[in-house]
Amino acid sequence: MGHRRVVVTGLGVVSPIGSGVADYADGLFAGRCGIGPLSLVPTEGLSVRIAGEVRGFDPAAHFDARRLGLLDRGSQFALVAARQAVEASGLGFASDFGGPLGLRTATILGTGVGGITTLDEGFHRLYRQGAQRLHPFTIPRLMVSAPTAQVSMEFGLTGPAFTASSACASAAHAIGLAFQMVRGGLADAAVTGGTEASLTFGALKGWEAMRIVSPDGCRPFCATRNGMVLGEGAAVLVLETLDSARGRGADILGEIAGFGMSADAKDITAPDAAGAARAMRAALADAGLEPDGVGYVNAHGTGTTANDATEARAIHAVFGDHARRLLVSSTKSMVGHALGAAGALEAAATLLALRRQVVPPTAGVERPDPACALDVVPRDARDAKVEAALSNSFAFGGLNAALAFRRV
Amino acid sequence: MTELENDVLAIIAEKGRVERDRLALDARLADLEIASLDVIEIVFALEERFGIEIPFNANDARKEFDTVGDVLRAVESVVAKPAA
Repeated sequence: MGHRRVVVTGLGVVSPIGSGVADYADGLFAGRCGIGPLSLVPTEGLSVRIAGEVRGFDPAAHFDARRLGLLDRGSQFALVAARQAVEASGLGFASDFGGPLGLRTATILGTGVGGITTLDEGFHRLYRQGAQRLHPFTIPRLMVSAPTAQVSMEFGLTGPAFTASSACASAAHAIGLAFQMVRGGLADAAVTGGTEASLTFGALKGWEAMRIVSPDGCRPFCATRNGMVLGEGAAVLVLETLDSARGRGADILGEIAGFGMSADAKDITAPDAAGAARAMRAALADAGLEPDGVGYVNAHGTGTTANDATEARAIHAVFGDHARRLLVSSTKSMVGHALGAAGALEAAATLLALRRQVVPPTAGVERPDPACALDVVPRDARDAKVEAALSNSFAFGGLNAALAFRRV
Repeated sequence: MTELENDVLAIIAEKGRVERDRLALDARLADLEIASLDVIEIVFALEERFGIEIPFNANDARKEFDTVGDVLRAVESVVAKPAA
């Protein structure tokens, strides 16, 4: 039996440049930067002062008090994005997931850090304020699998369900595994993506100690780049087979054509061009794409000296001469690095680029780094004929994932 | 050798897992196989030891801390009065 083709028929986004696909797309293509002063935590005693926050997110507008008590901010983002995605897909709880499809639908989300807002607040009470006990929902809120469990419960999805966690590549691994399950017939549909909400005082102190956060902005592939900027958010995709999407007349956003993974097996923080290249090559081979068939790469592009230089080397190694014609941009320049959600936010950006035939820019680039030697689409979005695109995610610890998308 | 210099070199030797007598001031960290993550740990240990803040971003690591002497000077510049 040949492989089934897998398409995306629903998308939902909660991001620093807007929630809902329409606002997210508007922000991306306008090159709007959602990075600003930290407001979620007091910045006294922190050297990290900026982040890509989901501003104005009102949990009470989405959840009643009883439900909210069980939801860490990361689960809240995941549920809101999943509701948007499922609604957009046209699949309904009662009509579809309530029937046989619910048994055949996988729920696979990526999360890098987990419910650290819950953990941070609980430990603050315990260690600093001398509390004698923690809230009884502490564990079900903070577990790294909570967002996946909450999404499966929300829609009655009773097929395979788990959280993929590989730091900054978590969502890409989640989407890739969901894609393989639907393609291989282990599931007929999947709700997949990633979520992260880890802008807590404790977590930020950890990032501060890593000494890789920029004091003034995220400028991937820029000659003046000086580090990453943290973000938060969620993106969720609904996957199904091309046949089922066509059969029910669903609006198809694009096809997931291939998925590649690799491990550097070298260093817990330093990136490796060979490992990154292996993941990209594996995705292309899986998709049956030649390098010159790809028009756009949504880069991992964190804005650190090491990542961007290494990723550029890997892109040149994989694409050869075509690397000079390829459009490469990092949407982290607008939303920051949402860690375990990054791969999903970027998969969404890549699908929107294919759909609209517009490539989102690398915002904030003052002067493209000549050492990277790539067209990084600085500052302004660009109209482009793109038939296929890659989305790269390269995590700390050398856990790499690349997703290949094709226009349908 | 000042006490400060002594302490700084001891920390570099311990965190960088390098024999103390290889730590000449002009010795390059890369040549001593002190990786970027080790440098971050060294900076952390120095800040803890002296109760100071060393302005350091790993994205500028090669520019700022090329040699053992660079690390020492960074500490000296923020420690107001090094003990003799």
